[in-house]
Amino acid sequence: MAHASAEHAHDDHPDQPATGIKRWLFTTNHKDIGTMYLVFSLIMFFIGGAMAMVIRAELFKPGLQLVDPLFYNSMTTNHALVMIFGAVMPAFVGLANWMVPLQIGAPDMALPRMNNFSFWILPFAFTLMILTFFVPGGAAAGGWTLYPPLSIQGGDSFPMVIFAIHMMGISSIMGAINVIVTIVNMRAPGMTLLKMPLFCWTWLITAYLLIAVMPVLAGSVTMLLTDHFFKTSFFNAAGGGDPVMFQHIFWFFGHPEVYIMILPAFGIVSEILPTFSRKPLFGYDSMVYATASIAFLSFIVWAHHMFTVGMPLAAQLFFMLSTMLIAVPTGVKVFNWTATMWRGSLSFEPPMLFAIAFLFLFTIGGFSGVMLAFVPADFQYQDTYFVVAHFHYVLVPGAVFAIMAAVYYWLPKWTGHMYNMTLANWHFWLSTIFVNVLFFPQHFLGLAGMPRRIPDYAVQFADWNMVSSIGAFGFGLSQILFAIVVIQCARGGKKATAQVWDANPRGLEWTLPSPAPYHSFQSVPEVK
Amino acid sequence: MNTEDPNRDGLTREQHRKANRSLTQRLLVFTAGSFAFGFALVPLYGVLCKVAGIGNAEAKAGPAIVREAVDVNRTITVEFIANPATVGSYEFYPEVKSLRIHPGKLYEAKFFARNLTRMDSVAQAVPSVSPGGSALYFHKTECFCFSPQRFRAGEGRDMPVRFIVDPQLPANVDKLTLAYAFYDLTQTAAR
Repeated sequence: MAHASAEHAHDDHPDQPATGIKRWLFTTNHKDIGTMYLVFSLIMFFIGGAMAMVIRAELFKPGLQLVDPLFYNSMTTNHALVMIFGAVMPAFVGLANWMVPLQIGAPDMALPRMNNFSFWILPFAFTLMILTFFVPGGAAAGGWTLYPPLSIQGGDSFPMVIFAIHMMGISSIMGAINVIVTIVNMRAPGMTLLKMPLFCWTWLITAYLLIAVMPVLAGSVTMLLTDHFFKTSFFNAAGGGDPVMFQHIFWFFGHPEVYIMILPAFGIVSEILPTFSRKPLFGYDSMVYATASIAFLSFIVWAHHMFTVGMPLAAQLFFMLSTMLIAVPTGVKVFNWTATMWRGSLSFEPPMLFAIAFLFLFTIGGFSGVMLAFVPADFQYQDTYFVVAHFHYVLVPGAVFAIMAAVYYWLPKWTGHMYNMTLANWHFWLSTIFVNVLFFPQHFLGLAGMPRRIPDYAVQFADWNMVSSIGAFGFGLSQILFAIVVIQCARGGKKATAQVWDANPRGLEWTLPSPAPYHSFQSVPEVK
Repeated sequence: MNTEDPNRDGLTREQHRKANRSLTQRLLVFTAGSFAFGFALVPLYGVLCKVAGIGNAEAKAGPAIVREAVDVNRTITVEFIANPATVGSYEFYPEVKSLRIHPGKLYEAKFFARNLTRMDSVAQAVPSVSPGGSALYFHKTECFCFSPQRFRAGEGRDMPVRFIVDPQLPANVDKLTLAYAFYDLTQTAAR
């Protein structure tokens, strides 16, 4: 890019991408960067998935079979960190990079150089984190929430994980700032805020959540670092600190974080359901307001993650009721999606299948969330597999299915080729069946009292654990189909039209040819 | 090839860059504010704990001088619990398990601690009063938890805590528990 721009002194956008590795290292093109984010996320999805396979293999039957407990704990810890910060968040940033400029009619992201930087931090952050498996004391094993005093007592991995988290945080903050500036400043004339596709809306709100809470996470892990190395006592009771305070600060970040991982998914589903229902989205405005309400509420519910640490009754009531309040805007969304499909001419292409599965299965995760919001019930569910089942339902058939729906929806726009529909359908059905075999029994295990984060368990939990593990292996293997479909589609296939789908999708991205040209909307598009 | 419309949004390219730069700067300030807010939560947490009367709120609030009449009509049980350190090696227990006391009267209880190692050490006791909220009514006038306790190798001694329970203690409370967690501070104090 740098040398290319010298040849095009009048303009810093070359017509064609540079060749070789330099294209990827120095690119400032939103499509290249989006592709890199998505490929990175897919690789991380398989690395994190491999860790999940180790976990489920160990839990296949009672007793310690395959790994020692410390390694098991580092598997659960790193599975979470890789999936959250390496797979789900970069996938959404990648989708934003590809789709936000195309949907608002902008030629690129507003801050292209920062865009390049925010991606290239990530491989280094995760290399640093994966390297902790090879240092004395092993990788972080105190849980992804890094609660002190346990996390501070870690080995050499401790500062490495903290620095990796700092880097991931900087990357997400830069990505978020880029999205905000792009959406606020770069919309084509006529693209008013309330004409914007919902994917852009949900991302705009997500980006604000990111810049509000990622710095708080950075602050809390910095305090861990100074407690360990510089003898401060933020969380050290002997020095006048309080370990419970970490939980408050962490979850002040942590709860908005879970909406960071689901709001863009809401946006994706709100794009796909109308297309394949051949109807406009029901209740567009209420969708925007519901998203904003969820984002606001996410700041005042954090302590529901820690009801059992001991807090005044008034606080318990406040956090219980505010948590339940979230069911209202979320209910509005589920209602609107259902109403969008109501009496539509539905067709069931792979993106639609994933979006419908999202609607059903995410709602199951939402219901178990309401159960967990009850303080008296939460004392029973806290730290059991019921919690594991809950957040995996909202994250796997929730966030991950929405990402897959998005890839299946826009992949022909990116590559210019249609993908193998038969294989994609197989991928959908295998994933959907196995994800339920995997996670549904975990509700039963949790209600029966099986604690989470243990490598061994009492024998009465054996049967459902075996079922769950079989589901896990099935789900894991099915994802290989996904990689095959994507790679095949990148290499070739039937030419895709500009519209791609017979369903006549709405939106500026479908006015561009497929594949979308390297530079799009150099001249201002007309917004109807 | 440069087909970019200079009049996108009616702004020139330069004006666009300016707008992007100024919004980016504002967002960076917002981000820095969020980072500062994370640290501001630390004192905020202390204030909220004090208001709610959780944990060691009373000790942090400073000494309270109470001259209340003794309420002989009311008897309250105060239990003493000692949690030895997980780091270092200490013997640590209360000399009496519980006292029956009247609110408004000064009492003394003793805790015994012994350094079981062959090195000098420093330890800090951190008190906690339950049920939550009662800490506001439990006034320690003198306590071994007010300062770090130094022990020579193998040394053991009784350490006093003097306290008055406030007569304002809510009527439904008839039992208080004073628990001490004992932390080894040798490493921290050596800095």
